[in-house]
Amino acid sequence: MTVDPDRPPFRADRAPEPAEIPRKAEDEVPTWTDDKKTVDRICYGLYALGALLLLIDPLVHKHGPFEIEHYVGFYGLYGGVVCVLLVLAARVLRRVLMRPEDYYDR
Amino acid sequence: MIDDVMANLSPGLILILGALLVPFLQDTPRRVWTLALPVLAFVHLVLLEQGTHGIFTMFTVELATLRIDPLSEVFGYIFLIAAFLGMLYQLHKSGWMEQVAGLIYAGSAIGAVFAGDLITLFLFWEGTAIASVFLIWAMRTPEAIAAGQRYLVMQISSGVLLLAGAMIHYGQTGSVAFESFDLNTLPGLLILIAFGIKAAFPLLNNWLQDAYPEATVTGTVILSAFTTKLAIYALARGYAGTEILVPIGLVMIVLPTIHAVIENDLRRVLSYSLNIQLGFMVVGIGIGSDLALAGAVAHAICGILYKCVLFMSLGAVLHRTGTAKSSELGGLYRSMPWTAAFCCIGAASISALPLFAGFISKSLIISAAIKDGDMVTWLILIFASAVVIQHSGLKIPFFAFFSRDNGLRPQEAPLNMLLAMGIASVLCVAIGIFPSAFYALLPYDVKYHVYTLEHVVTQMQLLILSAVVFAVTIRTGLYPRQVRSINLDTDWLWRKPGAWVVGGVFRALLASLAGATGKLAGASARLAKSLYHQHGPTGTLARTRPSGSMALWMTVLMVAFLVFSFF
Repeated sequence: MTVDPDRPPFRADRAPEPAEIPRKAEDEVPTWTDDKKTVDRICYGLYALGALLLLIDPLVHKHGPFEIEHYVGFYGLYGGVVCVLLVLAARVLRRVLMRPEDYYDR
Repeated sequence: MIDDVMANLSPGLILILGALLVPFLQDTPRRVWTLALPVLAFVHLVLLEQGTHGIFTMFTVELATLRIDPLSEVFGYIFLIAAFLGMLYQLHKSGWMEQVAGLIYAGSAIGAVFAGDLITLFLFWEGTAIASVFLIWAMRTPEAIAAGQRYLVMQISSGVLLLAGAMIHYGQTGSVAFESFDLNTLPGLLILIAFGIKAAFPLLNNWLQDAYPEATVTGTVILSAFTTKLAIYALARGYAGTEILVPIGLVMIVLPTIHAVIENDLRRVLSYSLNIQLGFMVVGIGIGSDLALAGAVAHAICGILYKCVLFMSLGAVLHRTGTAKSSELGGLYRSMPWTAAFCCIGAASISALPLFAGFISKSLIISAAIKDGDMVTWLILIFASAVVIQHSGLKIPFFAFFSRDNGLRPQEAPLNMLLAMGIASVLCVAIGIFPSAFYALLPYDVKYHVYTLEHVVTQMQLLILSAVVFAVTIRTGLYPRQVRSINLDTDWLWRKPGAWVVGGVFRALLASLAGATGKLAGASARLAKSLYHQHGPTGTLARTRPSGSMALWMTVLMVAFLVFSFF
């Protein structure tokens, strides 16, 4: 007896075969979102926003009980520094932790 | 009579009993029915009165199967919304097994939330474990089946610890009521570990990252909503203000961060960040003030919504491309713009961007920590608030939908998936825009202004500077490259050395068993040989002799008999 894998109730989420997925057409016209300049503008906008937020920091009165919070630009600098440290730590630890995908099947 | 039954009927049972009908329905009626059940249960919950119902005595134990109070009610509502969204999300599927499993799972979680005693809690607790594993097994890959088995072991252990705690508690106090517990008693400790397994405490957490990414597209969405948030509810009910929960929660916040950054499977990244969000809730419960508990409950509600959106959007990607690995994806926003937009809303919510749900709930917990006055707690909380950008807020949408173009132009997600994502996204934004209406729903009295200049500016500083670091490290190649790989976690312990030890013991047992059977075989062979020697075709007892000799011997015997009879 053969079992039809698509027979309810056991119909699985059948992953599409690579050939079934539509691909980029040969004649696809690049739009402004594909332009590298757009990406650059978004990034520069982000840097400018970050700088602006640090600049207006002295104007914002903080109420917290911790002294460290009252240093100018504490939140921004703390956020930036911990993220850099995290990325560096991730680079180092990945060497220890990373394994090939079939590691547990061996 | 009907009124009597209804007044004592848990909304969870509506889903569970209704699920039993699902296999007998065909296509359209079945779809309508699976969507109608959460709605019916929702209406039923609205009509139920506050107080404890469904009380009955089993042997000498008094059970309270339906406790409606502000805390259980708010979890009941959000679970029903999540159940509805989950059913909507899998409406396109033609099988029924996942719908049945999903409804029984959601129903069990809701039943557990309304349980007023530990026995009822235990029954529904195990119900969530058993029903949910089918959402993982439904993927039917060898990886999913193995991960499901590991998942089930952990989930059932949690139930066993809960039952043991409940029985000892009953023995000591004569009551099985589910109220707050004292950690310094044995049952208090056992039940905390039981809750802690489902809440993914450090070292008890790995079932989450192991199993959720192996479940089906629709299964992971449903899984992400219930088990862990049920545990958060149980902790808020049983262990509010238990101080040890603060350090436990802080470890939960820090430890999964690195894995979330380097992990390649984006659904596994979400599982790690789900674990981090649970840490926030556990810290809130540990602090135990009204503000902190309100924050934990609010964060659980928002977490259900934005995790649903994120898992749904990645599920749609997996459904259309067959993979959710960031090394294989990129540039999908061109052909899946709606999914990409919803993913961004979910990512903004989890990052606690002002005007989105996460900001409304996370701020409560951070403010409560500041009021509590412990600087280390506060520093770790804002550390997590900043790095969330690195592992979820930008990583998930960037690598799935933007990043470099991989040339794939898959179809947009099915309409029902888009609707489910859309509703959850709208709720995320609505909570972000109308925080006071949302706070009014919480079971604690909160007077809190989230949109002050100080809150918004400091939060934006954390997020934007973190985003700057993300942009710079991506552009300079410093950010860990996304490559096909897996990363070791605590499950390595039982999947490599553990399996080796157990495998070794098993092999040794087999060998000694083989030795024993060898001896047995030798003994039986000797027995067979001697039997053959006596009874075989050439054996002593099978020799054929001439009938004459037999007559002779008979004559000898009879003569001897005659001779002896004379005396």
